[in-house]
Amino acid sequence: MMKSRIPLVLLACGSFNPITNMHMRLFELARDHLHQTGRYRVIEGIISPVSDNYGKKGLVSARHRIAMAQLALETSDWIRVDPWESEQEKWTETIKVLRHHYNESLRSLQFRKELMRNNWPTERATEDFLSSLDPVSPELKLLCGADILKTFSTPNLWKEEHIKEIVEKFGLVCISRSGSDPVQYISESELLTRFQHNIHLVTERIQNEISSTHIRHALCKGLSVKYLIPDSVISYIKHYNIYTEESEREK
Amino acid sequence: MENPDNKTQVVLLACGSFNPITNMHLRLFELAKDYLHETGKYNVIKGIISPVGDAYKKKSLISANHRVTMAKLATESSDWVQVDDWESSQNEWLETLKVLRYHHQKLASSNPANSLQNAVPLIKPGRKRKQEANRYIPVKKNQLNPETKGVPQLKLLCGADMLESFGIPNLWKLEDITEIVANHGLVCITRAGNNAQKFIYESDTLWQHKNNIHLVEEWITNDISSTKIRRALRRGQSVRYLVPDAVRAYIEKHNLYSPESEDRNAEVILAPLQKYARGCKQEQTL
Repeated sequence: MMKSRIPLVLLACGSFNPITNMHMRLFELARDHLHQTGRYRVIEGIISPVSDNYGKKGLVSARHRIAMAQLALETSDWIRVDPWESEQEKWTETIKVLRHHYNESLRSLQFRKELMRNNWPTERATEDFLSSLDPVSPELKLLCGADILKTFSTPNLWKEEHIKEIVEKFGLVCISRSGSDPVQYISESELLTRFQHNIHLVTERIQNEISSTHIRHALCKGLSVKYLIPDSVISYIKHYNIYTEESEREK
Repeated sequence: MENPDNKTQVVLLACGSFNPITNMHLRLFELAKDYLHETGKYNVIKGIISPVGDAYKKKSLISANHRVTMAKLATESSDWVQVDDWESSQNEWLETLKVLRYHHQKLASSNPANSLQNAVPLIKPGRKRKQEANRYIPVKKNQLNPETKGVPQLKLLCGADMLESFGIPNLWKLEDITEIVANHGLVCITRAGNNAQKFIYESDTLWQHKNNIHLVEEWITNDISSTKIRRALRRGQSVRYLVPDAVRAYIEKHNLYSPESEDRNAEVILAPLQKYARGCKQEQTL
C-alpha cells in the first residue's frame, strides 16, 4: 500500500547549537502527518547544520555540532546528519542546500538502479523488483517551524525568487504551535497563497519549547538539561566543555 | 567553598500514576534539584518515584507491574532518581500522606545517628502489609528540628495540577494536606503565569505553611502529559523523544496502550472519592 505513495525526503537546516529533543520531534511530527495524508511515504530525514562562517553569535564549531547531531541520531533509523552544508567555504543559501540534496537523491537512485541491473542483468524477478523500487524520484521538502513563514516577509532576509523556488519546486512542512496562526501568514502573501498546496502545516499538540538558546543558557549556569537533549550529547558537551560563558560571547 | 554538611539533606518523593512515565516527570526532578541547590540551603540526595497501586481505580490505569517496570527503565540512566514499588504493591489505595510517612520512617530508621531516638520499627515480621500501611504513626514536628538534622527531609514533589487538586472536594482530607505541608513540605513545579501563588494565598492552610512550599518555575514549557502520550499511541503516532527510548520500546513490545486499555475502570469511582464521599465530609474548604 505504501508503495504507491510518493517517496519523500525531509530536510531541516539550522544551527543545531546544540541539537535538542525538539529538533528530532519536528521530524517525527512531520512524518506522522505526511503519512496520515495517505499520499506520502517519508523515506529519509536529513539534518544539515549551518557552516561556521554563518557568523551567528555563540555558534560553536561545526565539527562539534555535527558530532552532537550524530550522537543524538544514533537511535533513529531514518534521520541522519549531513555535513555538506557545513563544509562549504561560504555560508550557503537554503535554496542551494535544497538543490544539492535533491541532486544527491537523484544520483543515488540512479546508482542503485544501475547496481541492480549490473548484478542481475537478465532475471525477470529483478525487473519486477526494480519497478517496485521507487518508480518516481523522491520529493524533497524543507522542514521548519511555522515562524519561517513570518521571516519570508522580513525585508532583505530572503530573495523573492528563492522563496518561489522553495515553495514551487520543493515544498514546505511547517510545524506550528497550537494557538498560532500560520494560515494567516500564508494568506498575507500572494506567493505563498499561490503555492499553498505545497505547504503542509502540522500542529504540535504537545508543546515543546526546548530551544538551543535555552539549553546553552542552562549549561552556562550549571543547570540540568537532562531529558531535554540526549544523554550522549550531554556527555559530549561535558567532555569537550563546549558551552561556556566565553563560547556564548564569541562571534 | 560551601560546606555541604551545613545544608539540609532532602529526599524528593513524587507520587502519581506514571501511566506511562514521560520525560516531563523526569524533568520535574531535575528542576526541583537545581532549584533547591540554588537556594544554598539544601542538598538533594535522592529522588523517589512511587507509582500508585491498581486499587486507585483511575480510568485507563494499566497494571502497576508495567508502570513500575517502565519507571525503572526510565530512571536507569539517572544516578539519583529511583523507583519504589512499596505503594503500588499494597492491596488498597493509600493516601499520599501514608506513602510520605512510610518513606520518612524508612529514612529515619536507616540513619544511624537517629535510629535510637526516633526510629519507629518499620516492618514487623508476620504482619500483613495492609496493616503496616495503615498504622498511624504521625511524624512529629520535632523530627524536623535542627537536632535531628541527620535525617534527611522528605518533600513531596509535584506539578501545579496536584497543588490545585487540593481544592477538589473529597479528593484529599484537610488534615492530610495540613500534615503534608506542615511536617514534610512541597516542591511544586509551576509554569510562568500559573496561579499557584494565588492558590496558596486563597487557602488558609497553605498560606500558614507557605515557607514549606517551594514554587519552582519551569523555564521550558513542557507539556508532555501521560494522557497525551496515550492518545498519540492509540493513534499510531510517534512518541519518540517524549518518553525515554527504553520505555517506548517496552510499550511497543507489550502493546500496552490501546482503545481497550483506555476504557479500564471507566465505570468505577476513583478510590479516594469512594472512601471520603462515604463519610459525606463536606467541610473541604482549605
